[in-house]
Amino acid sequence: MIQTFLNPEIIAAAWPIVLAGLLNTILLSLIVVPLGLFGGLLLALLASVRHPLVRWPLIAWVDFFRAFPPLVLLVLLFAGLPFAGLELGGFACVAIAFFLNTGAYYGEIFRAGIDSVPAGQVEAARSTGLSRLQAMGYIVLPQAVRNVLPDLLSNTLEVVKLTSLGSVVAVPELLYQARQAQSLTYNPTPIVVAAIIYFLMLWPLVRLLSRLENRALAGRH
Amino acid sequence: MLFRSPAMSAWDRFVETFFNAKVMLKYLPDILSGVVVTIELAVLIVISGLLAGLVLALLRSLAIRPINWLIIFVVDLFRSLPPLVIIVLIYFGGPAADISPSGFVSTWLSLALVLMAFSEEIFWAGITSVHKGQWEAARSTGLGFGQTLMNVVLPQALRLTIPPLTNRTIAITKGTALGTVVAVTEILGEASSAMSNSYNPSPLMMGAAAYLVLFLPVVVAARWVETRFAWKR
Repeated sequence: MIQTFLNPEIIAAAWPIVLAGLLNTILLSLIVVPLGLFGGLLLALLASVRHPLVRWPLIAWVDFFRAFPPLVLLVLLFAGLPFAGLELGGFACVAIAFFLNTGAYYGEIFRAGIDSVPAGQVEAARSTGLSRLQAMGYIVLPQAVRNVLPDLLSNTLEVVKLTSLGSVVAVPELLYQARQAQSLTYNPTPIVVAAIIYFLMLWPLVRLLSRLENRALAGRH
Repeated sequence: MLFRSPAMSAWDRFVETFFNAKVMLKYLPDILSGVVVTIELAVLIVISGLLAGLVLALLRSLAIRPINWLIIFVVDLFRSLPPLVIIVLIYFGGPAADISPSGFVSTWLSLALVLMAFSEEIFWAGITSVHKGQWEAARSTGLGFGQTLMNVVLPQALRLTIPPLTNRTIAITKGTALGTVVAVTEILGEASSAMSNSYNPSPLMMGAAAYLVLFLPVVVAARWVETRFAWKR
């Protein structure tokens, strides 16, 4: 069993390949998480303009991406766009798909956070002479982010896990590299190693989240 | 394509490429059979995943230490692993252990395990949120542990879990598209092969539309459920 799934020789041989994948996964996460956060913040700020002509298209936008599987979006960009004469690399496709998909999820979270700040806070801020933008930036957003921090972290966990979709469009992240090593060695060990790396990397975040979520749900009754 | 008139506008070309009626008609049956597979997968995942999650949460409420540690480890494991990694691991690792699960079974098993992990956490949070006094009051009236759990605690706990549970279930069920990677003939798989056969992206557009038709009503319903069962602040 060990010889098949955790073969030491294969681990040694595949290690450089898998390690390169790990570095790319970290790099990819460092790019797509801020990108998603930025997109989400943009959506939430737009949603705070409480005009129905703004609010309804935004709800439709968010629901669209909540219903659309990210892999389908990625394939659409990667395999569909070339037919329109626009050929983007796998990496660019991942970046755009994540900006759209995770932006919608982050946006929904930020929106809930902004809604959770009492209107009196804005009124008080405005009455001291702060502009609308200043009130949002200095008074509302800091409280909003604090209120939805568990959800933001939870979504970030999902985004990091989602970077594994890059393997489908040949972005050399952890899963892609592990599969390359697997097909070179005819042995599942590299994939097991990749799984162990994902687990070790994300377990602390999962533990933290589990504590935060239990506290949040228990406190709301 | 060969007889395209030069007077054709860019818009017409766009429509002919991405929404080609002839191609769409030809591959409609394929996409529809993909829809059936996606629905089968989704239903199996939702039922088995939620059921397993609920069973684990109930098991956890018995408070047997070694069992709880095991449950927590399994839940953490399937929350930290990307679903695609689990699918690939089962599909490509299985044969090495002399079990060769099909792509369908690999995808079902993987996503059901992920849903199990997430729903156990949510069910468990719901159960612990019910005040201790409720347990004590129910037990003091002569109800057994099981009766208290089923008739007093769960009805209150489940109500609380509905909004986070619906969101999570949708997000995980959308993952059926990942089955494409291990050759499951669900919507995306059918659309991709139709696209490479016809060298035209129209089947992919049809597949995308099929996902929206399937999941958009669920998302809209979830939004309604979210406000209906919202936590009272």
